[in-house]
Amino acid sequence: MTREIAVVAFGQTDHRRTSDELSEVEMLIPVLHDVLGQAGLKTGDIGFTCSGSTDYLAGRAFSFTMALDGVGAWPPISESHVEMDGAWALYEAWTKLLTGDADTALVYAYGKSSPGSVRDVLTRQLDPYYVAPLWPDSVALAALQAQALIDAGHADEPALAGVAARSRASAATNSHAQLSGSVPQGDYVVRPLRTGDCPPVGDGAAAVVLAAGDRARRLCARPAWIRGIDHRIEAHALGVRDLTDSPSTRLAAEKAGVFERPVDTAELYAPFTSQEVVLRRALRLDDRVTVNPSGGALAANPIMAAGLIRIGEAAARIHRGESDRALAHATSGPCLQQNLVALLEGDPR
Amino acid sequence: MPEVLKAPLVVEFPFTRSLGPVQSAFLTGLRERVLLGVKTGDGRTLVPPVEYDPVTAEEIHDLVEVAPTGTVTTWAWNHAPRRGQPLDTPFAWVLVRLDGADTALLHALDAAGPDAVHSGLRVRVRWAAQRSGAITDIACFEPYDSGDDAAAEPTGHDGRFADPVTGIVAPARLDYVYSPGRAQSAHLDALAEQRTVGERCPSCRKVYVPPRGACPTCGVATSEAVEVGPRGTVTTYCIVNIKAKNLDIEVPYVYAHIALDGADLALHGRIGGIPYDQVRMGLRVEPVWTDGGRHPDHYRPTGEPDADYETYKELL
Ligand SMILES: [Zn+2]
Repeated sequence: MTREIAVVAFGQTDHRRTSDELSEVEMLIPVLHDVLGQAGLKTGDIGFTCSGSTDYLAGRAFSFTMALDGVGAWPPISESHVEMDGAWALYEAWTKLLTGDADTALVYAYGKSSPGSVRDVLTRQLDPYYVAPLWPDSVALAALQAQALIDAGHADEPALAGVAARSRASAATNSHAQLSGSVPQGDYVVRPLRTGDCPPVGDGAAAVVLAAGDRARRLCARPAWIRGIDHRIEAHALGVRDLTDSPSTRLAAEKAGVFERPVDTAELYAPFTSQEVVLRRALRLDDRVTVNPSGGALAANPIMAAGLIRIGEAAARIHRGESDRALAHATSGPCLQQNLVALLEGDPR
Repeated sequence: MPEVLKAPLVVEFPFTRSLGPVQSAFLTGLRERVLLGVKTGDGRTLVPPVEYDPVTAEEIHDLVEVAPTGTVTTWAWNHAPRRGQPLDTPFAWVLVRLDGADTALLHALDAAGPDAVHSGLRVRVRWAAQRSGAITDIACFEPYDSGDDAAAEPTGHDGRFADPVTGIVAPARLDYVYSPGRAQSAHLDALAEQRTVGERCPSCRKVYVPPRGACPTCGVATSEAVEVGPRGTVTTYCIVNIKAKNLDIEVPYVYAHIALDGADLALHGRIGGIPYDQVRMGLRVEPVWTDGGRHPDHYRPTGEPDADYETYKELL
């Protein structure tokens, strides 16, 4: 029989433009203690630990090993790391719990973008033969997608500005957000995207605790059960893809069971306004769905943690009784190349 | 709180990569001003070409020449070019579907301004004067009026070249400003005064040096500063026989783990002032600072009797 797995705790830092005074592990420790405290667990109680981060943000090889000091890695623990957003670390932890090898898992992710130039850093994830030598930065690639969307008649600049305004207005109730309230759309960064269409660059971390079955019920009053997770990828060559669509997101959502019944909440990792338009279409979300009540990545985009935060925010709404069935999405790579969709549900009330 | 320490950190590497047969043909073609695509099983032509069909994963290798002219499928105006990008004046990023191709290639378009660009615009390749077999052999695209006579037609090239390019070197450089965080900054500040300061775990009471702000056993934050050393004990060591590039130290020399008095973690250091083959576990050492040095240059014997194994076995 398939085990039931739930998110039982979620925590995150305040996301800020810089955090010079803190190392990664110093930034992470309060968040780890927050989620463990919520679940009433100690580091030694955790069955499996998995993290997501990237050396390219840190500018150092094996940078994740430094953060392990924060989880009490001695004596040896069962631990793993993905060089990806923490949403994929959560996927690994979920499968680990499904096997029955562990009953609880700690998943964390962090990213400090402030030491480098994130637009340049992200070019290093591109095809090294045909694309990376041209140094197209992350905003430029998103702008190509935005223009394709505009040409196809799915959005225009005022519509994109509307996504930005709604996201940052929602973030006014999110004390962790880096940008909230009324934020000017600003000048073009790479046309057609303006400052307001782009996520803030910042530092931050997040963590969740997962638990299986009755263990989850004991640790959390209303666990956010993970009913399904799937992740899919598109062809790496941008010119092969239809940039106005996200078939990988749609397929991941289908495999996760999203389309079986309507969801009430969707936390989408759309770092650019235009990408929310693509994702809403791919996921067939209508106006009855509350999209990014946290403000989403337009309010805070700690790279490598922002996808895990989407799952955490969706779960926290279920914990609080504000949602019964929520979708969480994470992305990685240029123009929504890789996409993960998780479906979370609370017990009937 | 002391001022946050910061230092520039440059990560630079020449990414040297070998090419598969299709990539080799495409990049060699660019050197020879020939544009090549690859045919898929269902008859589509992919430009730039890949070795496996992105839909079926079938291996593909049937090369076909396409035209140096094409159509913009989407674009974005880049008014502030960044380091390494194809042009240093404002330009448009474009996806271009070359005539004869079914997919689009990413590159730069040299145009007067955003008003001169639109999806559907006809463009042609501008070749770089110096070409080596790289995507940058295309300098950029430029707008092209079909009335122009200069557009070359495909010659029916079969993709076989006498002197194919078999690899690329893609230089990468990223610039950072590194900050070591609170605990390590405090450690570095103390070193500037030739003191070695660690931090004690509030839970297990162990003293970590250099401190990273957390106890790896307890997973809790550390903050209580503790001065350790200056003397210490060699817990283990190795003899280095290969001279490192740009390192002005004669080989062989000894690199050791040194447990400073009062510390519960050994740090690394070079041992000097004693022949390399006389260094031993338990040797008592002290730091030697050079003028302006920001950390001990090396550690030398103190002349004390060796430490008893029982006193440092937990620190091995
Ligand atoms: Zn401790």
